[in-house]
Amino acid sequence: MAEVMLPRKMEILNHSSKFGSPDPLHVLAVDDSHVDRKFIERLLRVSSCKVTVVDSATRALQYLGLDVEEKSVGFEDLKVNLIMTDYSMPGMTGYELLKKIKESSAFREVPVVIMSSENILPRIDRCLEEGAEDFLLKPVKLSDVKRLRDSLMKVEDLSFTKSIQKRELETENVYPVHSQLKRAKI
Amino acid sequence: MQRQVALIKQSLFDQGYLDEQFMELEELQDDANPNFVEEVSALYFKDSARLINNIDQALERGSFDFNRLDSYMHQFKGSSTSIGASKVKAECTTFREYCRAGNAEGCLRTFQQLKKEHSTLRKKLEHYFQLARQAGPKETARRPK
Repeated sequence: MAEVMLPRKMEILNHSSKFGSPDPLHVLAVDDSHVDRKFIERLLRVSSCKVTVVDSATRALQYLGLDVEEKSVGFEDLKVNLIMTDYSMPGMTGYELLKKIKESSAFREVPVVIMSSENILPRIDRCLEEGAEDFLLKPVKLSDVKRLRDSLMKVEDLSFTKSIQKRELETENVYPVHSQLKRAKI
Repeated sequence: MQRQVALIKQSLFDQGYLDEQFMELEELQDDANPNFVEEVSALYFKDSARLINNIDQALERGSFDFNRLDSYMHQFKGSSTSIGASKVKAECTTFREYCRAGNAEGCLRTFQQLKKEHSTLRKKLEHYFQLARQAGPKETARRPK
């Protein structure tokens, strides 16, 4: 009996390894300061994240496909796990960007973190009320980024594990235990 | 040579030119990115030279648009903070206080001081990076693997 079970188990393992490990987190960073962009990009790369950096809220919206008035939907296939944006930017602020993201159907679930050099309580409250995941005081620390990454990885691991379990269930339906045993007996 | 580099760096901290943020930047360097701090520094001085120019022009015009000046200084302070330029950051703060008070005289005076600190830091860091490069990669702090 054990021998009959083994091939099926190995098949499941093979299916699992096909999916590999979870993709690195993809972070979109938004900051008008060249120095800060270079800094946050490095912090994120050191933390094993994939990074896209843009220099304005407008460019961030373009990247997400939210820049066209009618298209408040966004690019459905674009995988962004976290958005980190500076608060004070010329033109559109990080706060306004946060609102636009939360209004979109494609990206409203993506956590948005606001960064600011100014510790202004009403500003922090406003951002959190609008749905910001966190508010970081600049200069951002490596420990801040790692903490964010770790909490997001837990969410990713959970959904990844669930997708593995789902695959395993599907595989079981293809090779149900009963018919395997039947074949073995023959 | 490496001892000399270490001493120069220590004195920059002791004299208050740089703060812990500079060390945070050094922590981000590794074999694949050995010149990260120097690159950030170069970016900072390029950016801040532009800002100084803008502020100079605004002040020369005579009309004190305190809002605009404060906005420039906010940017200046931001990038100075990110690189750990402690004395420059302090001058930025003072300048902004004078802006908010609408004190043109104070702004002008502080700006002269700021330019001095900025120039001093630039020279000291150029010297430091030059020596550090000559001394070899072992000198700068490394991220634990």
